Amino acid sequence: MKEFISLIIIIIFTGVIYYAIGPVAKKVEGHKFIPNHHFTYSDIPPLKLKGNVAKGKALVFGAGACIGCHSIKSVGIAAPMSPVMAAKTYGVVPPDLSDAGVLYSPKFLAAYIANPVKAMLLQHRYNAKNGKVFPMPAFAGAGGNKQQEIADMVAYFKSIAFTKKISPKTAFVDSCGRCHAIRFDKWTQIGFIPKFKNNLQKLKFELKVTQYQKALKKYKGSLPPDLSTILESRNKHFVEGFMENPQNYIKNTAMPRVGVTAATANQIEKYLFQTSNPEHAQRESLGRGIMIYLFIFAFFAYLWKRSIWKDLH
Amino acid sequence: MAHFTKATSLHDWMNQRLGIDTVRRVMATEYWIPKNINFLWAMGMVLAVTFAMLLISGLFLLMYYQPNIHLAFDSVNDVIMRQVPFGWLFRDIHAVAASIVFLVIYIHMLTGIYYGSYKKGREMIWISGMLLYVAFSAEAFSGYMLPWGQLSYWAGTVITDLFSLGSLHAEWLLHWIRGGYTPGQPFLDRFFALHVVLLPLLVIGLIGLHFGALRIPHVNNQEGEEIDFEAEAKKYKSGDKKGSKVIAFANDFMSKDMFVVGVYLIFFFYLVLFHNGFALDPINFIPANPMHTPASVEPEWYFLWSYDILRGFSTNVGLIAFAFAQGIFFVFPFLDRSPNAKPASKRGIFFLWFWILVIDMTGLTIMGKLPPEGMYREVGVMFAYIFIALFIILPFITKFEKKV
Ligand code: HEC
Ligand code: HEC
Ligand code: HEM
Repeated sequence: MKEFISLIIIIIFTGVIYYAIGPVAKKVEGHKFIPNHHFTYSDIPPLKLKGNVAKGKALVFGAGACIGCHSIKSVGIAAPMSPVMAAKTYGVVPPDLSDAGVLYSPKFLAAYIANPVKAMLLQHRYNAKNGKVFPMPAFAGAGGNKQQEIADMVAYFKSIAFTKKISPKTAFVDSCGRCHAIRFDKWTQIGFIPKFKNNLQKLKFELKVTQYQKALKKYKGSLPPDLSTILESRNKHFVEGFMENPQNYIKNTAMPRVGVTAATANQIEKYLFQTSNPEHAQRESLGRGIMIYLFIFAFFAYLWKRSIWKDLH
Repeated sequence: MAHFTKATSLHDWMNQRLGIDTVRRVMATEYWIPKNINFLWAMGMVLAVTFAMLLISGLFLLMYYQPNIHLAFDSVNDVIMRQVPFGWLFRDIHAVAASIVFLVIYIHMLTGIYYGSYKKGREMIWISGMLLYVAFSAEAFSGYMLPWGQLSYWAGTVITDLFSLGSLHAEWLLHWIRGGYTPGQPFLDRFFALHVVLLPLLVIGLIGLHFGALRIPHVNNQEGEEIDFEAEAKKYKSGDKKGSKVIAFANDFMSKDMFVVGVYLIFFFYLVLFHNGFALDPINFIPANPMHTPASVEPEWYFLWSYDILRGFSTNVGLIAFAFAQGIFFVFPFLDRSPNAKPASKRGIFFLWFWILVIDMTGLTIMGKLPPEGMYREVGVMFAYIFIALFIILPFITKFEKKV
């Protein structure tokens, strides 16, 4: 009985310390819990107009001038310049738009085309006061109803995004990859590190990465961090919330609101988790085995003890 | 010269050369342990098992770890965690064991204090135990430097800063310890050497000393009863196992230890496999960056109580209070002037003293985690004063204790 009470006392003290320096301390330290809103983007009005795919296509290729900067590989439009050139020109490579119709929330995409700075919540970096201009111009309209024209373009992007469910890797590469590297998966901002035939090839590639990063650093003020261990150094809730609205977490951060849908965000998180925790499935199955073994071990240890102590008491 | 005869069996052959029967008798079958003990006496074995796990998992980590400031982070977080088969398991075992070993050490220490197990010939057990505590602290700290993350770098900076000794401005000492003005490659190299060679050797040596120190006084028991070991052993050997107050280390004591170890391992591996987040600070998953100080640099939970004493005061006073807190436990056997080596429950006011100490150290641990502002600071400082006061009054309250 006494033994049992000692054990209870130990468990209580351990529990109090664990709880106090864990959850309680976090609260006190003012890590205020910032609720996430499941990528609903309530500040952006819903997209009411129905778009016309053919008209949208004409705008994207014509008055919108989108392909002057962006590639749309799924319909055979290559990038007008190399990533390094693009970074030197714009600060960052304009992303491929093949999957734009599923990556981004449609109403975000519409708001973004109309006013990129506002949609990305980067007014603190680009405004009339400091005179800086965002590399992608706001769509000025092609002479008709601008809102309708934007809806048409969105409809077009939706129509070409034939892959209904994009893979975790593509989701990351297309929406975050132009700024963030993942060295654990050999991803650099300009692509996956290929196999090199010789050292010269390797040095050439590294030179390109360095040039790209230099331009990106100038564009954003700092090099966006490699996200290989972000789920460990932060956590799932943070990454999710940060993606949804970076300004909620870091005031005036240079990281844009990217405007992904909840499904895309889910895929991105999956990718981040898989790259940093490839052992997950093994942990589950091996873990179960180890636990079962230990229960059996403890049970036999108990039987052994009982058989020996029966002569002692 | 010894006389050797033709061996009748392998056992006999070994016995003539190594005296294995004698070793077995001395170390196991006739190493007497009091019968009246509870599971808290198994904590030493739990510690030994935990250390063995640190040693084995550490050895595997060592096969892949790169002590280089450019490679260290990825050698741990990429190579060991992602590429080496079962590397993640060894790292999680190592990290969880390094944290849990302190929980068990504190339980072990407080058990010793509660039952007065540092008195009447058991002083060396206590002192060697304290040396082990210090060696483990150094081991844990040096281990934390190795992944070369943000916490490695900045905790390394903050802790080595203590060696400039406040107003003494012993910068020469600080730079000598760091191997440079700020932590860099020489810093990582020396902590690597300490962590994987010198300190583990020291720990192993100290464990030997600790066990050796136990041999003559024997372990204490639940009632603090003085046992005539020779007489009781005779009773045991004559077959009166039930009447004897002693049991043999093996298999009597061992069988109980193994059961406790078995239960402990369930708890331990549950943490390793499914709940290991507490063991590694998230900040250390960001590679070291000398240009960017992280928002918070906090010690691991097991250093919080002394950390809170350190920061409760101005720099110089804090350092002295910190040294006091670290050193005072060493002389515990000599501060306790009581004639009794009995459990605290039989020692009147000392019982109260003990629980105040436990609550005070718990309080310090919690306050050490909270930001040192406003009320938390004041409460923390109050706990620090209580801690110091407890040890100042200890000789007086124990001196007047009645013999029981
Ligand atoms: C002058 C070059 C330019 C033109 C023209 C241009 N863009 Fe962009 N676009 C960019 C750049 C540069 C970025 C990357 C900006 C950044 O991430 O900071 C970008 C980003 C985007 C994004 C990603 C937004 C996000 O949330 O990540 C989309 C979608 C996009 N553009 C669509 C379009 C469409 C549709 C058009 C045509 C109406 C268009 N762009 C025209 C340069 C251009
Ligand atoms: C146009 C460039 C750009 C794009 C695109 C971008 N980011 Fe970032 N990101 C940044 C920059 C710049 C920072 C550094 C922000 C800071 O420190 O204030 C950052 C920081 C972060 C952080 C780290 C925050 C921290 O302090 O730990 C996370 C997480 C993150 N981004 C996730 C994402 C995800 C997920 C995506 C894709 C959905 C993405 N980012 C797309 C530029 C970008
Ligand atoms: C005695 C043999 C030991 C060896 C060979 C060893 C080896 C290593 C190695 C190579 C690392 C770096 C890899 C890593 O960070 O995970 C490490 C980390 C570490 N070790 Fe040890 N170690 C030993 C014992 C101990 C002991 C006794 C403790 C503490 C009580 C300890 C505490 C730590 C800690 C806290 C880390 C950092 C863990 C982390 O961040 O992952 N080690 N050890």
